[in-house]
Amino acid sequence: MSLSAQAIEDAKNEALSAIAAASDLEALKEVKSAHAGDKSPIAKANQQLGTLTPEERASFGKVVGQAKNQVIVALEERLKVLEAERDARVLVEERVDVSIPARRTLQGGLHPLTILTNEICDLFLGMGYRVAEGPELEAEWLNFDALNIPADHPARTMQDTFFVEPADSHLVLRTHTSPVQVRTMLEEKPPIYVICPGRTYRADELDATHTPVFSQVEGLVIDKGITMADLKGTLDHFARSIFGPDVKTRLRSSFFPFTEPSAEVDFFFNGRWIEWGGCGMVNPKVLIACGIDPEVYSGFAFGMGLERTLMVRHGITDMHDIVEGDARFSQNFGMGVK
Amino acid sequence: MKVPLSWLREYVEIPSGVTNAEIEEAFVSVGFEVEGVEVQGVDITGPLVVGKVLSIQAVEGQKKPIRYVGLDCGEAEIRYVICGATNFSENDLVVVSLPGAVLPGGFEIAARQTYGHTSNGMICSSRELGLSEDHAGIIVLHEGNPGDDALRLLQVSDVIFDVAVNPDRGYALSVRGLARELAAALKLPYTDPAAAINTNDYQLNTSGVQVSIDDPTAASVIYIRTVSGFDSGSKTPLWMSRRIEKCGMRSISLAVDITNYVMLELGQPLHAFDVEKISGSLHIRRAEKDFEITTLDGQVRKLSSTNLVVADDKQPLALAGTMGGLHSEVTETSTHLAIEAARFDPISIAKNSRFHRLSSEASRRLERAVDPALASISSARAVQLLVELGGAKHLGSAAAGAVPEMPIIDFDPHFASTLLGIPVGVDVVETNLRTVGCSIEIVNDSHWKVTPATWRSDLLNPSDLVEEIGRLVGLNSIEGTLPVGPARATLSPLQYRKRGVANYLANLGFSEVYNYPFVNQEMVDLLGFVGARAASFKLANPMSDQAPLLRTHLLPGLLETAKRNLNRGAKDCAIFEIGSVFRDVTKLAHVSPVATDLRPSAETIAEIYASVPPQPLFVGAVVAGSLDRDGWWGTGRQFEWSDAVTQALKIIELTGNTGTIVQSDLAPWHPGRCAEIQVGGKPVAHAGELHPRVLEALGLPARSCAFAVILSELPVAPAKSVKPILTMPAATQDVSLIVDAAVPASKIESALISGAGDLLESINLFDRYENLGDGKVSLAFTLAFRAPDRTLTADEVSRYRESAVQAAAEQYGAVVRV
Repeated sequence: MSLSAQAIEDAKNEALSAIAAASDLEALKEVKSAHAGDKSPIAKANQQLGTLTPEERASFGKVVGQAKNQVIVALEERLKVLEAERDARVLVEERVDVSIPARRTLQGGLHPLTILTNEICDLFLGMGYRVAEGPELEAEWLNFDALNIPADHPARTMQDTFFVEPADSHLVLRTHTSPVQVRTMLEEKPPIYVICPGRTYRADELDATHTPVFSQVEGLVIDKGITMADLKGTLDHFARSIFGPDVKTRLRSSFFPFTEPSAEVDFFFNGRWIEWGGCGMVNPKVLIACGIDPEVYSGFAFGMGLERTLMVRHGITDMHDIVEGDARFSQNFGMGVK
Repeated sequence: MKVPLSWLREYVEIPSGVTNAEIEEAFVSVGFEVEGVEVQGVDITGPLVVGKVLSIQAVEGQKKPIRYVGLDCGEAEIRYVICGATNFSENDLVVVSLPGAVLPGGFEIAARQTYGHTSNGMICSSRELGLSEDHAGIIVLHEGNPGDDALRLLQVSDVIFDVAVNPDRGYALSVRGLARELAAALKLPYTDPAAAINTNDYQLNTSGVQVSIDDPTAASVIYIRTVSGFDSGSKTPLWMSRRIEKCGMRSISLAVDITNYVMLELGQPLHAFDVEKISGSLHIRRAEKDFEITTLDGQVRKLSSTNLVVADDKQPLALAGTMGGLHSEVTETSTHLAIEAARFDPISIAKNSRFHRLSSEASRRLERAVDPALASISSARAVQLLVELGGAKHLGSAAAGAVPEMPIIDFDPHFASTLLGIPVGVDVVETNLRTVGCSIEIVNDSHWKVTPATWRSDLLNPSDLVEEIGRLVGLNSIEGTLPVGPARATLSPLQYRKRGVANYLANLGFSEVYNYPFVNQEMVDLLGFVGARAASFKLANPMSDQAPLLRTHLLPGLLETAKRNLNRGAKDCAIFEIGSVFRDVTKLAHVSPVATDLRPSAETIAEIYASVPPQPLFVGAVVAGSLDRDGWWGTGRQFEWSDAVTQALKIIELTGNTGTIVQSDLAPWHPGRCAEIQVGGKPVAHAGELHPRVLEALGLPARSCAFAVILSELPVAPAKSVKPILTMPAATQDVSLIVDAAVPASKIESALISGAGDLLESINLFDRYENLGDGKVSLAFTLAFRAPDRTLTADEVSRYRESAVQAAAEQYGAVVRV
């Protein structure tokens, strides 16, 4: 090509219109090769600059350089536009329907008894209680005698006990978690603050509201100067934590061999009073059997059924759902829905 | 106990404005649950009158007997009604509802044409009036005059409270006791019916049947009062029979009704003997050699030698306090009666009742302790009624034993405030103690000598007194305070472990279950349990003969529950349980009775603890099908033996321990696909595929898997110390080895580790190829090396790899696969 300003101007314009006309990145690549590559007219003109006189080289060099720059800038700008277009298109093409999650594994879940037990233990841990547990197959003396429930006393027949053969093994499936309280009092010195969750047994037929194998949580506090007001305050706090801040409790005078005074505790929930459990001040006879001086220490104890608590809180209407182990039941609760 | 308001009113001056709800609330406030309130007579309006039967004319040609009855209802004209009952005759007095009357259920009485006659009213049965379920026939009265208001005569309108009485309050199984409680709760005046009875009218002498307490542990006091000339034809007056019925018992005959009435009134069970059948005198004693007794219900009962009986000189006449004997029963012809009232030992009565599986109105009261002062008073009351209503004459009374002294309780009145946590004035303390019958001797401000009433043998110590004060003051007046324990509370390692494992498995897709720990021998046999797992505790009184044994392992329950899930339509099932099992039946140790009036000795406590068998805590899981499910993303993956082993291993690692896998053939796993996992050389877990025979027998899918880890056997891992994280590049080397198929891959891996040197960071078996023949397999591992301070060279890493391979070659004859 001859080195004329017009020819360079034409080559530049041709390049610019080709760039503008490139409709995709592939086409732009070809345009780049044709108009900005080593064999493009402007490149060739640049190569021929050496043959010119210094004066011509200066003036032409400027023209060529400017043309070359304009083409490179135009290429870069076009490249950005086309890349943006491509990115937008690809992302649209790769769009998927996210409304169907892939649940590749089975839905698991904790049993709500576990969730509730953990919740209660955490509540009382925060108040300085230890979580105490003990054996389910238990010595009769720890389950009954030490709790002021002598043999042949009507109170012993109140609890339909499972006995283990032979009778002189004196072993029972514990009828409450109270033997854990006895063990704690035998093993530790006051002050004692424990919460005792666990499985308990009474020979009731399984029906919509009863089960022969059930769960209890009991609390025991032995310290100097413990009063029934401390019991009431603890129950209030417990009930509010489990059932909500507006829940009230009331005490009704009752009888348990291991507490004196004894009371039933009810809570007011969804417009009605519901029986929750038993409680009272630890009977001095129990303290004496465990070697704690009732002149120095006093204490309170309470106990609730966890199944009943769950049924009320979650609107469970049939005990069978709690005991039958249908995975769908636990799946409702996942990792710990309150 | 059921108690009618009309009877309560006799001893408590209840103002007319007090509602039934307020009475119910009053009972509840002092510790008596009200299980029901029955308002009688609200749905019945008269006219209801007494009618005298003047004529009876049978209506012929009917399928059932129909009578056309002429009645004198105190009216000018004879009233005629049609009646289907036949238990009455001319001159009997009956209850007639006249046209316009409305009976329970909205049943309106009108004159109507029936069986060819005009029936101008209806002769009523007890059931039609809502008085009882008795519909044997119409009511035949033994008192009243034609035209009398029958509603009033029958005391139809009343309120019956069904009050639950706790076992420490035997005295409240009486109108006397419940009225006292109601009066205390409502702060109303109370009249003690026992105070109205003058026992001096019936002096002790030798004219009647005599009595002795042969076993002093059997009873503290007994009275026998003898009457003669009792008119056995006398009828029970309506006021008495109606009260007995309202309390839920049946009217039987005057003599029996009087004993029951006095029991309901005062709380003392009485027994009436036919004196003609008594040989000599009465004795309270143990059955000893007596073999059997026929009780009132006609049953022949074998006696235990320690049973408590009331006997004459020849034979036992009654199971003391429980049920009378047939031989000395009062019959329609008895005129000569002996009334027994005794304060038997409550435990002996409880044993009688339990041994013979016989809970009676008498035993229920006596085993809860009856007021010993009542023996004299109640027997006198019965004689008074026998004289008054049955024309009897008091012949003589005999007694043995005495009313025991009540214990004196040293009491500081301020203790009420101390224990209840609210201020209770000394005057309030005194008033309330006197209300429950205590007498008080005030020694000084902080020392009272308090003597409980004879009916309160449950009051033994200051706490018992505070309970009385508390329930009368009202426990709901207590304002709560919140005590906080010492700040040293954390979960134990085992408790942390339980939570961690449960959360891990639930997150993984397992559902937690709690199974009953009851199993049967068939299941134990099917699962092939032997040794410790076959030696189960047996329940003496199982819920069902189908499951009399306690579990030694979690698998029986888990397998049954898995089956239940599949039967209910689950395609896949992954469940786990964390729970105790019961082992070591050989440990059964006899513990002699231990007193509770002081702390047992350290040796005794140790003996009691040792009698309780070990109950290790397990986590167990069963998977039938897949954890990884099929879906739009593709096909899921069956949960297989290796998954079970991995999960068991991970649970062990979760506790900070390291498990070593050993091939096992423990039942009920597949004998070739079971891993035993050891920690510190002790087996702590088993995992793998279940035995095909077991799966088939239980109807579970082939290849179902299970694992079980003994959480309580895992050591508490010390706090972990960790090495710094290395940041230089890692270099990896793959080795492929041919080894005998019999050599466990874990051993080859250990050999490689032992030879690879300190810079080995990780090793991973990425391929296992079996089809080599000659009993050989190929195992391919990736070894990753990393140095703390430099980038490793290719030469160096190759040397480590060769050293590792050499160790495997030396130890197990491994050859590099080319």
